[in-house]
Amino acid sequence: MADAKDILGLPKGAVSSGGDKRRSTKDAQKKPDGVSREVYLLTGGLPPIMPALDPSHLKKKKAADSAKKVTWKWRAFTSSARSDNLQLSHWERIVDNVETTGDYAFAKYNKAVDVVRYTDEEYAKYLNDKSWSKDETDQLFDFCEQFDLRFIIIVDRMPTTRTVEELKERYYSAAKAVLLSRAGTAEEVADHSLLKDTYNVQYETERKKSLGILLSQSRQQEREDAEVLAEAKRITEIRLSNKKAEEAELLSKSAPETTTTTNEPTDKSPRTPARPKSPGQVAEAGPSIAAPVPSAPVASTALTGASPAASGPRPPRMYLRSAYLGQLVQTSTIQAGVRTTKRVEQLLEEYGCRPRVKCPTKRVCDEHMELRKELVALLQLQKQLTWKENEVSVLRENPYADIPTPSTPKRSHRANDHERVTTRATAVGAEIDSFSGERVTKRDHKRKAPARFSDAPPSPPHNKRARKMKASDA
Amino acid sequence: MQRGKTARLVDDSEKKNPVRRVKDVEMVVPIAYGTVSFWLGKKADEYHSHKWTVYVRSALGEELGAIIKKVVFQLHPSFNNPTRSVEAAPFELTETGWGEFEIGMTVYFHPDASEKPLEIFHHLKLYPEDDTGPQSTKKPVVVESYDELVFSEPSEAFFSRVQKHPALLINGKQNPPSAAGAVETEKKKGDSKEQNLSHWFLKHSDDEELDSIMSARENVMSRVNKLKADLLQLENEAARLKANVAH
Repeated sequence: MADAKDILGLPKGAVSSGGDKRRSTKDAQKKPDGVSREVYLLTGGLPPIMPALDPSHLKKKKAADSAKKVTWKWRAFTSSARSDNLQLSHWERIVDNVETTGDYAFAKYNKAVDVVRYTDEEYAKYLNDKSWSKDETDQLFDFCEQFDLRFIIIVDRMPTTRTVEELKERYYSAAKAVLLSRAGTAEEVADHSLLKDTYNVQYETERKKSLGILLSQSRQQEREDAEVLAEAKRITEIRLSNKKAEEAELLSKSAPETTTTTNEPTDKSPRTPARPKSPGQVAEAGPSIAAPVPSAPVASTALTGASPAASGPRPPRMYLRSAYLGQLVQTSTIQAGVRTTKRVEQLLEEYGCRPRVKCPTKRVCDEHMELRKELVALLQLQKQLTWKENEVSVLRENPYADIPTPSTPKRSHRANDHERVTTRATAVGAEIDSFSGERVTKRDHKRKAPARFSDAPPSPPHNKRARKMKASDA
Repeated sequence: MQRGKTARLVDDSEKKNPVRRVKDVEMVVPIAYGTVSFWLGKKADEYHSHKWTVYVRSALGEELGAIIKKVVFQLHPSFNNPTRSVEAAPFELTETGWGEFEIGMTVYFHPDASEKPLEIFHHLKLYPEDDTGPQSTKKPVVVESYDELVFSEPSEAFFSRVQKHPALLINGKQNPPSAAGAVETEKKKGDSKEQNLSHWFLKHSDDEELDSIMSARENVMSRVNKLKADLLQLENEAARLKANVAH
């Protein structure tokens, strides 16, 4: 509609009856065949959203019916489904004077269960059970016949208090025993449904119990489960893609490399400090949240284009800055958890920063990631504080309370973390752990990072890289 | 920083012809991409209410022909030949239409860069966000995004050819601007069509965003310090209470 108004040069919000009228007269189409005038008018002359029925199809059916002569007749009938031979009457449709004969059309739906019955002798021989008397068993079988094995109804009518499972167990095992005793060999009745699909009490009780647990779950639990599953899925996906990238990398690097015009000393330097190889390794080299005066150092590293603060997935050789930032954010989401990240983004907006950077220069992206890390640390601290407050208030109330907390909340955090996402690399856990703590070591850590690349490779990917370096240097 | 100034060259055997790459050089091409759309006013008809131009340009107002070989614009399938290739700078495409849709842009680099093409997406915007009054034919709807093409290890051939190019930032330092283009402003020279459009190009600066992030970081820092102090106090309190019990 907005388009039509635009074409007519009318302001968007204004009501324009003239334009509509002109349109309707201009666009008035012919009524398609096979659609009644009233129905057509109801649609307001506009083409329907759904494709209309083929009008020829509508007509054909009518024609086929009208060729025959249809009459209706009041007739008496009996039903084979009834045992009392009750005579009732109904209107019957008669086409071309041919009267329908035979049984009542709905009689075939009266299905009766063939309940196995037993004689006194058989009961004495095969069906003796300490927990079931003969009277009770008789009654059960009577009910089974009467209510067509609807055990839920039967259980209400039984004079003794038994569970549905007990009733089913008794009926099916008894029926089975009788059948087997009557048959000469086991093969004769092997096809009988009572023997093919035997009743399993343990399985049934277990199934109902599980179902009960599942159905009594609260919405919140369901949400949490879904969240955990989604997180797990994302982690596997990321791992898969990382693995693929790594393989591709290895493939391209392992091909024969020709010697280059390099001078020796540079070979000793880390090949590319700017791009750590795997996420795990990154986490070790990575976080620098504790830098209190961040502008100066970060800016300088940013300018050199090789900042060790660049944690997260290894950047490709050529990339779009914003896309890479998106990857970094995704990785940090996996590290910190979905809920924490949501909180972080709320806080970002409270501070007037966009969760999605508008002008992704290198400095903005670096600072943005730092801010995110700091916010994660802030949230962690807040959590710790509430914990501690609880502990203190409990201690005040009852100094002898045995508080089941680990001595430092730090440790508890790590434990939580591992529980939540066990699949996560341990290095990441260590990283989050260290948020709470020593700033000094943190910074040292950061400064040391490039040096570590060259001397003592702490993880397998390093080894690979080191080996490769040698291969390419030779 | 031990990595020094010596650029190390490593052969990369991709696609059977090894490409030498310059290590420790990050070459950045700041770009802006987006659409400028004019309402056609009286000339508008049912299917052509707007005339719009989609483009990929240098955010520094320079020519990008030396870096980008071509840009392939993927339009909505209802257009004639929806895949349009623009083989030379300026990388822009003008069309008329009535609907907004997502435009795909595939940026191809010159072969000496030996880089894979890059995909960018932009949502064409024809109608202004604020629905106030009739649209003007004079003032277009401009939606533009800033981004950076980052070559973290440019190929040697590519690097030696373009390293002096004014549209580049090398390791964070901007090359001197060309005589033709003024720094960080629109280009004044060029054909009339470009001049028309360049009037509407947006200016991009990270200052504001950087400021807000920095102030947020300061704020967070002080909150963190406060929390740490509170935590310490509580820990002492807890320790004191526990000690009391012990006595």
